[in-house]
Amino acid sequence: MDEIRVLSPTGVCGSGFLESSFEKGLALKPHFIGADAGSTDPGPEFLGSGETAFPLAAIHRDLRLMMLGARRLKVPLLIGSAGTGGNQIQLQKVADLVKQIAAAESLSFKLALIEAEQDKSYLKKKLQDGRITPLDPAPEFDEKVIDRSSHIVGMMGVEPWQKALEAGADIIVAGRSSDTAIFAAMPVMMGFPEGISWHMAKILECGAASVVQRKTPDCMFAWVRKDHFVVQAPDTELRCTPQSIASHSLYENADPFKLIECSGTLDLTHSRYEAYSDNAVKVTGSQFIKAKRYTVKLEGAEKVGYQSILIGSVRDPFIIRQIDDWTQRVTEKIHSRIKMVLGDTLKPDQYLLNIRIYGKNGTMGPLEPVKEIKSHELCLIFEATAPTQAFANTIAGIIRHQALHLPIPEWSGLITAIACPYNQMERGAVYKFNVNHVVEPATPTEMFPMRLYHIDGPSTKEITQ
Amino acid sequence: MTQLAELARLIRSKNAGPFELTFDIMFDDDATYQRVKRSGTLTREVIAQCYGLHPDKVKFFFCDHAFAIKASIPRPYYQGDPLDSDGHGGQQYAPLMSIEIA
Repeated sequence: MDEIRVLSPTGVCGSGFLESSFEKGLALKPHFIGADAGSTDPGPEFLGSGETAFPLAAIHRDLRLMMLGARRLKVPLLIGSAGTGGNQIQLQKVADLVKQIAAAESLSFKLALIEAEQDKSYLKKKLQDGRITPLDPAPEFDEKVIDRSSHIVGMMGVEPWQKALEAGADIIVAGRSSDTAIFAAMPVMMGFPEGISWHMAKILECGAASVVQRKTPDCMFAWVRKDHFVVQAPDTELRCTPQSIASHSLYENADPFKLIECSGTLDLTHSRYEAYSDNAVKVTGSQFIKAKRYTVKLEGAEKVGYQSILIGSVRDPFIIRQIDDWTQRVTEKIHSRIKMVLGDTLKPDQYLLNIRIYGKNGTMGPLEPVKEIKSHELCLIFEATAPTQAFANTIAGIIRHQALHLPIPEWSGLITAIACPYNQMERGAVYKFNVNHVVEPATPTEMFPMRLYHIDGPSTKEITQ
Repeated sequence: MTQLAELARLIRSKNAGPFELTFDIMFDDDATYQRVKRSGTLTREVIAQCYGLHPDKVKFFFCDHAFAIKASIPRPYYQGDPLDSDGHGGQQYAPLMSIEIA
């Protein structure tokens, strides 16, 4: 095999792509179709709760077109990081969509589901064995964190994908995966150079994001050969230039030259980019340096509590000029009122009160270099985070009343200090990311169990391995 | 002296995972990129100063093929933490815009 052709319909399954571009991509006869379906970028609540960042209807739309295209060409379809966080709930949601589509479209195929959610006792054992190590920066990670976590996933490399491909799977839906592993799995398995394969994967996992000017989320196509790859958007109005492709390794990476994967590091230091045509780019020289130890990155989210917020604004220049003092005084009032109302049922270390000041440093917080407030009005967001929604609502009610009427020395008599467009609002459960560590598994697949199914229209039969 | 925002085609910030922020300063052509690179006025130390950090905390790169300069810093709060103010890290680049380039 001299060449492997790859179609990436979009940067995230659920963000959309043009059907016309997808058809052009299919006409180029890809050997497989791949799509990333998740990220940490939408925030910890998706991994924590199991909700999906893109609506299920939007995921269904993209998935249906990809499944129909892949089955028409009889080539594998690889969907990674299912349902945003790639935890078990989200994997199941996307698997259910696959089955619905198969039933509605009378499709028959072999389906592989690869799980990425991690067993808590497995992680505790690895921790005890010293096989979990922090990246930089990293929060504290111990058995208590594992217990508190709503979900912890491992980010799989190419090997679980390759196992599914070797098992003859037509459609593979996986939990959390390295975005690039989705696209590198098959070329690496077929013996194409790892540097070229992983670099192609890095470009394709974002769909058409690396063209000069992306109009809308759309498709990308690559030809991987023995010593280079060529990348081009199926919509020929989208242009790839050496600069646009070279620039792509900057996006959302801390280091633009070294991208760390489970099995090694993609090194772009010596990559060369040249125009292959008006809108295609040829890349050579990318290297993959095998790691001495195989590591899997963990992602975890835990519930911080429940939140209620109040939005209020200030227009009085007397209050604006003393806003730091005013917010400090209102904070003290709120704490003492909470103690008065709730007594020992909610101690100060069990809830969090936060006030954001827009017009001062609401956007940048501690990174804001501008100290002087020049705005004629400020927006305040008061946040109450507590162990239950009822406690959070109670605190938010206290915040509203305390903030409304906190006096300032310039005025005598009862003032109303903030303008509220509406009263306090519930935000529900809030989560945080709680791990930035890697684990050393005994084998690259042990953390990622696979199940195989024969799907025939509405019927699903598990295949025993 | 010219401000960086007048020379760059795009200055942006974004999460690089939940624990780091990354800045991309991108130029239209090699000439403009080389001018800024060779000026010596855009350095790791200057970026550190913009964000009140020690230079050791700043990763700093010249990307010749991309005509771009890149820097990454630890987030002041992890993405989505209760005190985090910018979930995608998209609005943290403004202090870079007014860096004076010789």
